Amino acid sequence: MRPGQSHPRAESSMSIAEGAAATTDDQEGAAAPPKSERIYRHAATTRATHWINLVCVTVLLLSGLQIFNAHPRLYWGQYGANSDQALIAMEATQDRQGRLVGITTIGPARLATTGLLGASVQDGHLVPRAFPVWLTLPSTRDLATGRNLHFFFAWILAINGLAYLVFAYFSGHLRRDLYLRPEEKHLRHLLADVWAHVKLHVPRGEESKRYNTLQKIAYLSVIFGLLPLMVLTGMTMSPGMDAAFPFLLDVFGGRQSARTIHFIVAWSLVLFAAVHLFEIFLVGAFNEIRAMITGWYEVKPEKKA
Amino acid sequence: MTRFPIRRRVLLGTGAASLGLLASGCDSILRAKQTRDVLKLGQAMSLGVQRAILSSQPLAREFLSSQLSPVFKVNGTRDPATEEYRALQANNFTTYRLQVDGLVHAPKSFSLADLQSILPRSQITRHDCVEGWSAIGKWTGAPLHEVLIQCAPDRSARFAVFQCYDSLRASRGGMTAYYESIDLFDAYHPQTLLAYALNDAPLSVGHGAPLRLRVERQLGYKQAKYIKRITLTSSLAGIYGGNGGYWEDNAGYEWYGGI
Repeated sequence: MRPGQSHPRAESSMSIAEGAAATTDDQEGAAAPPKSERIYRHAATTRATHWINLVCVTVLLLSGLQIFNAHPRLYWGQYGANSDQALIAMEATQDRQGRLVGITTIGPARLATTGLLGASVQDGHLVPRAFPVWLTLPSTRDLATGRNLHFFFAWILAINGLAYLVFAYFSGHLRRDLYLRPEEKHLRHLLADVWAHVKLHVPRGEESKRYNTLQKIAYLSVIFGLLPLMVLTGMTMSPGMDAAFPFLLDVFGGRQSARTIHFIVAWSLVLFAAVHLFEIFLVGAFNEIRAMITGWYEVKPEKKA
Repeated sequence: MTRFPIRRRVLLGTGAASLGLLASGCDSILRAKQTRDVLKLGQAMSLGVQRAILSSQPLAREFLSSQLSPVFKVNGTRDPATEEYRALQANNFTTYRLQVDGLVHAPKSFSLADLQSILPRSQITRHDCVEGWSAIGKWTGAPLHEVLIQCAPDRSARFAVFQCYDSLRASRGGMTAYYESIDLFDAYHPQTLLAYALNDAPLSVGHGAPLRLRVERQLGYKQAKYIKRITLTSSLAGIYGGNGGYWEDNAGYEWYGGI
């Protein structure tokens, strides 16, 4: 697409963020043929809240694992302690030779996870630890600091998340870029999109200017599903919040259920982050990360058939 | 387009270097006093917000007897095992006296029978340990505010400090007496009890016989066991480590245990 030339689909505001489009070949002289186009993909608020959110989620995960290590058993219901049946547990036992063995229990399954879960090396010795030193903040056992870290970054996450939601709603970002268009809600379209992902299809040209349907669904589930669930189940673990908002206990089926959901949703966010990173590297990490830093995204020209 | 690879190399190099620094520096950064002070702001915000949303003094959830934990976990001190405590145990706590003093106009001591003559309250509530587990038990005891009112608190009183018969290891070495404190906001809450029974039986030694605190909107470490004395004060400074409790002084837990 040449500068000044209008494109019917581009004009119907399909770009991720509203803004001017410029072409890279402007700087390279008029003689070179147009190769790619730059669009302003992410608004400043989106970029800032994205990176703040990444820092918060990272610290919350690592400090959360520190807190989990203090009692590495998860239950379902209102109560749950050592003598009650655990749904998930990461504990250490001794084998016949008296050596420490890490055992991870998930429902009826018992897995030997020595070295990673249940028992791992700290200062050169195998010690009972649910998650290893390199996955917790602080690295060694320190529940008080883990909690202070967790609650400090939880506040930033919540304020940052609210700021994003207000911006995304009023700027039209949600409606324009994230909500599914009517044609995207058809099963055939969804299946085609799933197939495109299976084939690791890399969008180019016009197609790459907007989020694809699975991508939208993934982002919407994080924004309106996983992150709010983390905040609400986190609140349900607070005895003070339970007194103020007792319905939280009814919604999640108890403090211990909320703790279990908190743990599972945390790992769902890790799964999301892994897929998110994979996709970023698939379509071009440099361009994607630059777009999330500067806002500008380079649209690769469509391949000629 | 050579500028991309160069920028990419710079970006990756900076990224890798800062990650390395981050990993090795995290623990030392977290140990710094400045970091700790900043991180505590989150807890301070939680206290402020919770005080606002709890200003109408709602009750903690009370459960049905069918929801009781089959086993109520014993945690912390299992037995104070001091001579003083053994002497009380020997006569089944009949010589036990709870001292209430400090900023009160009528300091008083209460025998267990005195406390049991106050109209008792029973409640089936959830005990939440800071470590993450919960147990549901039925507590019976004298509402703390009824006890305090008998001692005519002074207007300057802000905190109730609970001194206990048990001692635990101090972070600086040696042993130190267990103590805890709450402010009058929680001390006057209707569910705040000086409990002498768990699940309709007198408190066992493991659960804090003869008397323990129940402050239902806070975590387990606030629920002082083996209470010896209650002192009303205007400040927590100068009492042991000055942070308002054994765990607060020795492990860095927050004074407010509402989250």
